[in-house]
Amino acid sequence: MTGLPADFMANILTVLIFLPLAGVFVLFFLPRDNNRLLRNVTFAVTLLTFLLSLPVALKLDGATAAMQFVVRAPWIADYGIEYHVGVDGISLWLVMLTTFLMPIAILSTYKAVEKHVKEFMIFMLILEVGMVGVFLAIDLFLFYIFWELVLIPMYFLIGVWGSERRIYSAIKFFLFTFAGSVLMLVAIIALYFHHHEVTGVYSTDLLRMYALDIPVKLQFWMFAAFALAFAFKVPMFPFHTWLPDAHVDAPTSGSVILAAILLKMGTYGFLRFAIPLFPVAAVDLMPAIGALAVIGIIYGALVSMVQKDMKKLVAYSSVSHLGFVMLGLFAFNVQGIEGGILQMINHGVSTGALFLIVGLIYERRHTRLISDFGGLSKVLPVYATVFMIVTLSSIGLPGTNGFVGEFLILLGAFKTNRVLTVLAATGVILAAVYMLWMYQRVMFGKITNEENRHLRDLNAREVAYMLPILVMVFWIGVYPQTFLRKMDASVQAVVTRIETKRQAALSGRPAGETLLARYFDVRK
Amino acid sequence: MVGGILDYLWLVPALPLLGVVLNGAIALFSERPLLLAEAGHEEAGHGHGDARGGDEAPAPYRKLVALIGPGVVGAAFAVSLLCVLQLAARAPQDRLFVQVLFPWIQAGGFTGSAALQLDPLSAVMILVVTGVGFLIHVYSVGYMSHEKAFARYFVYLNLFTFAMLTLVLGSNYLVMFVGWEGVGLCSYLLIGYWYEKQSASDAGKKAFIVNRIGDFGFILGVFLLFWTFGSVDYTEVFARIPALSGNGTLTTEIATAITLLLFVGAVGKSAQIPLYVWLPDAMEGPTPVSALIHAATMVTAGVYMVARSSALYMLAPVSMGAVAAVGAVTAIFSATIGITQNDIKRVLAYSTVSQLGYMFLACGVGAFTAGIFHLMTHAFFKALLFLASGSVIHALSGQQDMRKMGSLKKHLPITFPTMFIATLAIAGIPGLSGFFSKDEILWKSFSSEHGHLALWAIGTLAAGVTAFYMFRLVFMTFYGESRMEPAVEKHVHESPWSMTVPLMLLAVFSVIGGWVGVPEVLGGHNYFEEWMAPVFGHGAAHEAAHHPAALELALMAGSVLVALCGIALAYYLYRVRTKKPEEIAEKVPGLYDVVLNKYYVDEIYDIVIVRKVVNGSIWLWNAFDAAFIDGIVNGIAAVVRGAGDGVRRLQTGVVGNYAFSLLLGAVLVVGYILLR
Amino acid sequence: MMEPAAYLLLSGILFGIGVVGVVARKNALIILMSVEIMLNGVNVAFIAVGSHLGDVTGSVFAFMVMTVAAAEAAVGLAILIAIYRLKETIDITELNVLKW
Repeated sequence: MTGLPADFMANILTVLIFLPLAGVFVLFFLPRDNNRLLRNVTFAVTLLTFLLSLPVALKLDGATAAMQFVVRAPWIADYGIEYHVGVDGISLWLVMLTTFLMPIAILSTYKAVEKHVKEFMIFMLILEVGMVGVFLAIDLFLFYIFWELVLIPMYFLIGVWGSERRIYSAIKFFLFTFAGSVLMLVAIIALYFHHHEVTGVYSTDLLRMYALDIPVKLQFWMFAAFALAFAFKVPMFPFHTWLPDAHVDAPTSGSVILAAILLKMGTYGFLRFAIPLFPVAAVDLMPAIGALAVIGIIYGALVSMVQKDMKKLVAYSSVSHLGFVMLGLFAFNVQGIEGGILQMINHGVSTGALFLIVGLIYERRHTRLISDFGGLSKVLPVYATVFMIVTLSSIGLPGTNGFVGEFLILLGAFKTNRVLTVLAATGVILAAVYMLWMYQRVMFGKITNEENRHLRDLNAREVAYMLPILVMVFWIGVYPQTFLRKMDASVQAVVTRIETKRQAALSGRPAGETLLARYFDVRK
Repeated sequence: MVGGILDYLWLVPALPLLGVVLNGAIALFSERPLLLAEAGHEEAGHGHGDARGGDEAPAPYRKLVALIGPGVVGAAFAVSLLCVLQLAARAPQDRLFVQVLFPWIQAGGFTGSAALQLDPLSAVMILVVTGVGFLIHVYSVGYMSHEKAFARYFVYLNLFTFAMLTLVLGSNYLVMFVGWEGVGLCSYLLIGYWYEKQSASDAGKKAFIVNRIGDFGFILGVFLLFWTFGSVDYTEVFARIPALSGNGTLTTEIATAITLLLFVGAVGKSAQIPLYVWLPDAMEGPTPVSALIHAATMVTAGVYMVARSSALYMLAPVSMGAVAAVGAVTAIFSATIGITQNDIKRVLAYSTVSQLGYMFLACGVGAFTAGIFHLMTHAFFKALLFLASGSVIHALSGQQDMRKMGSLKKHLPITFPTMFIATLAIAGIPGLSGFFSKDEILWKSFSSEHGHLALWAIGTLAAGVTAFYMFRLVFMTFYGESRMEPAVEKHVHESPWSMTVPLMLLAVFSVIGGWVGVPEVLGGHNYFEEWMAPVFGHGAAHEAAHHPAALELALMAGSVLVALCGIALAYYLYRVRTKKPEEIAEKVPGLYDVVLNKYYVDEIYDIVIVRKVVNGSIWLWNAFDAAFIDGIVNGIAAVVRGAGDGVRRLQTGVVGNYAFSLLLGAVLVVGYILLR
Repeated sequence: MMEPAAYLLLSGILFGIGVVGVVARKNALIILMSVEIMLNGVNVAFIAVGSHLGDVTGSVFAFMVMTVAAAEAAVGLAILIAIYRLKETIDITELNVLKW
């Protein structure tokens, strides 16, 4: 693992980002009718990317908040735009999640995707480039490029390989996230000029931006723009309606990646950009964002409960789970934020697995309606076991990953806002309701539909890609230290930055200043 | 501190976990192919019940399962016993052993270690859990022998034992919560063991969800506890009470909030009003499960938790009052339901709810020792009652309706006497275990500084009702005319030794189990209270005033008398005038129906909460999500599209028009510049 | 030094005739010719003002316009021929395939 040469390790992040792109070029030259070869090559590329990401996780020092494995080179030098990538305790596990889930997602398509395999695989690899890039970019411009890069392959994955209403869903997905990201672009440009105004230097470097003391009014508008862009992506209530449509119509592997990683780009954006850059506005707007998060938790859970389509149920449950993540991030303390990051990973693992599980049954029966099933436990015992473990992980049972994340989030949030936390905790009850009810209707009871009597249980390939997920479920659940300790310094730095920046910005201001006075000069 | 054998304390929960792994592997690799092969041949519509049929030759792996399942629990019992003996060898004030296994969740200032704690309280609990648990595992080998998914059953049962031991051995609230939810999960899995049966999977789900409501309160209580005390470790929390009370951080309000939130958890787990509804339904599970989980161990977790937190509860008089009131009301409320039920297991279920009420009553008046004492004796006699009823059901090929039993006394020479002993014990007949513990509770509910005459009166009345319905059960089951169906009657048989031996052992404990806590007034010595003193010593309630021994004796005699009255009434109604119960029921049809239907609580919950939530959610989805939010989204899209539709009419395609608009534009621009 | 007023009037008249021709006529050929008249009207103005100011720039621009006009006429007529071959008409009201 660590036997890799030092100069290779110094550029490892660049390798991680662009290795899938190299894979794309390889795919260009492969015959388009040899599906088996195309699949295997793509799988090999993603697996290699995962293996190469392991040394990063092993060697990352959790005791420092600094960016590590930094690669930095001038890019568009006239405008101060750099190719600047690095990893710290916040982004590490998201990168790992991406590289971990990609091979699994590719394996899940072996039977599911039969048409245009070459293009499908190319889009999957481009998607990985964008996702890894988003989490590693430290330059705002570079970040934006990767952010938008992700949209395009996902648009095609939904629009070409999706089910019935795929065009509607693909466009909806694209427009929703694009509408948000345009606002973010405006805010990035504004920040760029503000940085020049203050320092005299043109730069899009995030670390330089961190050093700024942005005036509170400007903070408000920039935070609003960033927050809106990320809120579309997360998605937060009431910007969530693209999600169920996109999930229902996306192919299984697309849903897995969409839920597991694309949504995390939104929450990651909050933690990397919106909160540390604009701490005054972030803290002041916490009640509003927290309230939306809690509404999302409860609303997502309630709507999830009454869904008839398994995939839509899981999609709405994502709205609920991501509400927890947001609540944790906006607790502004170590417990909440570490819980939030962990919950991002957990949601990626558990909900990704749930989509795979729905996909498995869809491949067999070509339906996802809950009412078409019942009694499957009897004929699919291995599937039933896997499904049960993932269900328990999703509802946050202690010993599984979901518990650790939810516990830390609620613990942290309880200190920041008790009312919201109490309301959010009801989501834990509701999660048990909708997940167990679905499980019961699908797996328990007698087999009422004759078509279900002769279903085939999981084969070796399917077990092979579910097994790593189950390992992660228990690993994070039983020994979360592995994951939490890498985050410590980075998260602590964010918490400290929020406090010191807030104090600096508000020190000269009258005590008891209302928010209207602070941001809009409205005085009573 | 060098622990000696105590260093192996971790083996106590680890051994059942090993059983889970081994049995799990067997279930996966040996049992699954067999079951799948059977499922392939099976005709549609074949169902399962509590009864099993068919005598296929047992596969060899079943012997292994039957060895591993009870074996690991037995080994855990042995380790527990050695550990407890080692602990007992220490001086009373040193009887606390903490073993930190590994740091579990750490973030910022929060530390929750995976750590075990053995002290007199957890010592009693692990002995009960592993001891009674072992007997029930052995019993299960016989009872479940005809089940197809034999290994799966033991996986769940071992997992339960592991979770329960985690719950009682944890050295902090976080680990307790792990066990807390873990036992809830196992309860869910075991109630729904016959998952093909709709009512079983419904009952499992209901149990889990109602428990989750309690867990919601519990976890919030833990949060408040942590942010108040800065720790969740028992020893640290309790040690900081004086300092934090002194500096005003820990006010009575906060203590009340913490304890009430924790109590919500206890109410859910221990099936008290208003969250008791899951327990009667839980009887859908196999009978040994009812004995282990829904009588002897899991449901008492709430009592254990309240007792564990006794130091906190003592700071919050309001919470104490709430605990006592909920306990007393539950005791009498569910006892009355027990009178009318005809399903043998449901009678016992309501009886369990009622007895748990007693334990909370004890805790609520500050008599934590008495509560735990009753927890222990109850574990013996209630497990015995369930197992004996299981033996009856086994003998009757699955029949649970007492109206179709009768005169079983002669058929079941071991089951009958053991069950009769347990009935005497629960009824509070002097000399048996139940008498000592129940009487201790009643006396404390009167004499403690937190006590009240009303609490004593309710408790005593409930004792009478208990004696009545328990003897009603015995009379209907074992005495009188046989009301069995002829086909069933032919096959009535006593159970195999693996089932009867546990019955006999439990019967012994049901008799002698109370002798460790004989009250001083009867010339005995309360060893149990002495043993528990290091745990509750600092917090236990004192008697409000010194009461004369004569008063204690008088109250004791009173409660025994009430119990005897209950028995006499049951004898009169079900042995002498057997037509009378129906006549009474006919005379007060309204009241009878209400009680028979469990006061319609399930129906009320269904109408007031469940349906409202479901219908509300459907509305949210259809009206709010699809119509309103997506309406806005699609509305914006429609507006944009409509605007484009309108504007494109300008593109006539006629060059002249374009040229004209060109001209018009030029004129306007030039005009603007000139006239500016 | 000459007075440009009369030339500018001529220029304006020529341009106006061209505009009317472009807007009012339906025959594409006439429209093309009208465009030529407009361009030449502008040319007159360029030369008149240039000569008035003693600056050759006006004349240079006029040559420039003539060159472009020649090219335009060539391309425009070629397009017209192509359209006529296709549609057998050069009436612009018939040539509305770009509608909507």
